[in-house]
Amino acid sequence: MEKDEKFEDPVEDKIDEMVTKKGVTRRDFMKFCGLMAATLGLEATYIPKIAEALVSGPRPPFIWLQFSECTGCTEAFLRSSSPFIDDLLLNKISLEYHETIMAPAGEAATKSLTDAVSKYSGKFFCVVEGSIPLAGSGNYGMIGGRTMLEIAQEVCPQAKMMISLGTCAAYGGLPAATGGLTGAECVHGALNGLNTIKMPGCPPNPVNFAALIVNYLLFSDFPKLDTLGRPTFAYGSTVHSQCQRRDTEWCLEGFGCRGPSTYHNCPTVKYNDKTSWCVQADCPCKGCAQPGFWDNGSFFNYNGSYVD
Amino acid sequence: MSKIVLDPVTRIEGHLRVETEVINGKVNSAWSTSPLFRGIEPILKNRDPRDAWMITQRLCGVCTYVHSVTSVRSVENALNLTIPGNARVIRNLLMGAQFIHDHIVNFYQLHLLDWVDVVSALSADPAATVTVDRQIYSGRKRTSSYFSGVKQQLQAFAKSGQLGPFNNGYWGHPAYILTPEENLVFMANYLEALKTQMQVAHMHAIYGGKNPHPQTIIVGGITLNKDLTSARITEFKNHVTSAQNFVNTYYLPDTTYLLGRYKDYAKIGIADNLMSFGEFPQSSEEPSSFFFPRGIIFNQATSSVQPVDVGNISEHITHSWYSGSGSLNPAQGQTVPSYSGINTSGQYSWIKAPRYQGQPMEVGPLARVMVNYGKGQSATVQQVNSFLQKTGLKLADMYSTLGRTAARAIETKVIADAMASWAGQVQASSQTLTMPFRKTFTMTSSGSGLGLNEAPRGALGHWLNFSSQKITNYQMVVPSTWNFGPRDASNVPGPVEQALVDVPVADQARPLEVLRVIHSFNPCIACAVHVFDPKSKATFEVESL
Repeated sequence: MEKDEKFEDPVEDKIDEMVTKKGVTRRDFMKFCGLMAATLGLEATYIPKIAEALVSGPRPPFIWLQFSECTGCTEAFLRSSSPFIDDLLLNKISLEYHETIMAPAGEAATKSLTDAVSKYSGKFFCVVEGSIPLAGSGNYGMIGGRTMLEIAQEVCPQAKMMISLGTCAAYGGLPAATGGLTGAECVHGALNGLNTIKMPGCPPNPVNFAALIVNYLLFSDFPKLDTLGRPTFAYGSTVHSQCQRRDTEWCLEGFGCRGPSTYHNCPTVKYNDKTSWCVQADCPCKGCAQPGFWDNGSFFNYNGSYVD
Repeated sequence: MSKIVLDPVTRIEGHLRVETEVINGKVNSAWSTSPLFRGIEPILKNRDPRDAWMITQRLCGVCTYVHSVTSVRSVENALNLTIPGNARVIRNLLMGAQFIHDHIVNFYQLHLLDWVDVVSALSADPAATVTVDRQIYSGRKRTSSYFSGVKQQLQAFAKSGQLGPFNNGYWGHPAYILTPEENLVFMANYLEALKTQMQVAHMHAIYGGKNPHPQTIIVGGITLNKDLTSARITEFKNHVTSAQNFVNTYYLPDTTYLLGRYKDYAKIGIADNLMSFGEFPQSSEEPSSFFFPRGIIFNQATSSVQPVDVGNISEHITHSWYSGSGSLNPAQGQTVPSYSGINTSGQYSWIKAPRYQGQPMEVGPLARVMVNYGKGQSATVQQVNSFLQKTGLKLADMYSTLGRTAARAIETKVIADAMASWAGQVQASSQTLTMPFRKTFTMTSSGSGLGLNEAPRGALGHWLNFSSQKITNYQMVVPSTWNFGPRDASNVPGPVEQALVDVPVADQARPLEVLRVIHSFNPCIACAVHVFDPKSKATFEVESL
């Protein structure tokens, strides 16, 4: 049967191909494109462009480095919306180095890193998860016999886009909190002010991470950033200003909620396929995406109540 | 004799280096090294004990629930608090969801590529693959067009030249023995499990607000109130049902089939002593009401489970990068970090070496399943016997790489089935402006407490001391400290170091067999490294249970 004329479109063909071959339904795919447009604050007319960006061209290479971290950022990434984590890994990006996921180990793993950095120098996206220990000549963190600092110094400046994912990479996070012994620093600080996009959050929201990639595929550029280096599409207004419980008797401010001083889009994007988020589950916002959040006092007003 | 260094060990949580010495094609000696030190305990000092769980939770984003609940238990123990029944049930459900998620990810995403050759799958015949698929589980309905779709997807991936995470794997290694069709089935399930784990994590979002790092835990209970509706309870139950279906039709049959093909691993990676703290309290009576009992097995004596006395735990630092020496009770240490490079005859890890009555203990799924078996926990006994019957193996074969991997799937089945009943016990909130499932209490000025837990990777303990409502000392002995710790003061290797002895290595440039044994322990190394604040003068009393 001959193809309908309206399908004589390379992008439509590619979407069709993906739908049949990759087990992704067209409805899910377009829903995902719609979610990306909404997260990025783009008009609906961008949805087909997002679809095009996602099915065209070679997959952008990613190098994902894990330093002084808990792997929560990776776990968050693995929760990318159905059906897109398997699709993201196989069809959207080329994950050249990621210790939690990659098949090779030891020297073979290090070869994957060396090969990817030299093959894609100036072209790869670099994600850093975790902060970088600087005390004791960097000996508090070693991978393959090298300090984390040495690895970061070599790899990060060669990236096309440097993403500090999660509160540790963005601001130093827990290893850098008061009492820490390892001299842990955020990526920007450890690498003498290297330009990096900061996507804080403990963990960061995978929807925002996907939107950052989509934004790049669409516009070949960084998104608009605030003075702290955070994309404004995700960190442009406070949790409180977007909160469903604002000005209701269920507001958690009486329990010490940090929603009014925390910039993040949790109330709209939520977590785990929009299943819930902290305040919805009656836990006050703890400000996990803000600088210094570990040292800003108690996380809960233990003498508090709903009605202040 | 030659030396093999695996650094980094990948497909794990955290950072790990393993060195082995190989003689005549077999490992003769092994050394396990954690090369990352984060120093969380000193960060806990001087904080409100009620806030500690937020920090300990960040020990690990994989075991994202376990360190929060264990911390809260240590404070509740110090205050002698009994939490509301509904909070206990919901905590058990959050813990159960953690097990299901963790174990599925370990098997499919972290361990499977040690047994399954991706490249071989590219030459599978999709029609013949259907036969294999139904041999693994007769109820599967997947067709040859489904498998040809998966094959095409993998082929397109290979053809693109961008192999990403599959680049530089040990493909074609002689220890990969599956047929192309078997490899294709398991690669299809690798991809299916990526989606499944994402769905399973929704359970944490429902009762915890989000995953990773669910937030509803609080000293005295849980915060959940307005959102704890009957609709949410149903939503959670539906997720349990889906998880049970996946375990029954994929995870358990896949594991049984795969291990049936790799039966030689019943003689490789041997376990000896096993310890479980027990988990899932069914009432306020602990540990007597635990669904999984507490106990210790020495020298593979399954029928003679011994009681646990945490006073018998000591930690050795002879081979770890700390100044000082000898063995100390978990909280009496005055250890100061002191890095001196890797010296396998001297100090070589940030992990300490915990011992029970001076002996190394393996903890984790195998320990729980064998303790359960020895104590006659009926659901476990039934599943273990069924596994042994299907594979033609004996109970003694469980003390191995194969048994460790089987135990993980077996307990997932047992826990998921129990969760179906627990999920029906949850009560909806009456929607009043109090937190109904959080017990109110008066915070004491000082105290000490112990929180114990069985995390997916094994026995976990948090020891807490506080005065003037500020933490003076906090110590954690975690599963991967037990399993991946170095040699002790008597130069006795840790459980993983012991298990690696006699592992065959066919190709020293590609030590696939070594990886199989390491991954069977499901390393989680970020949690494993701990130290006291060197300035702390606090002493610590360990309660005997």
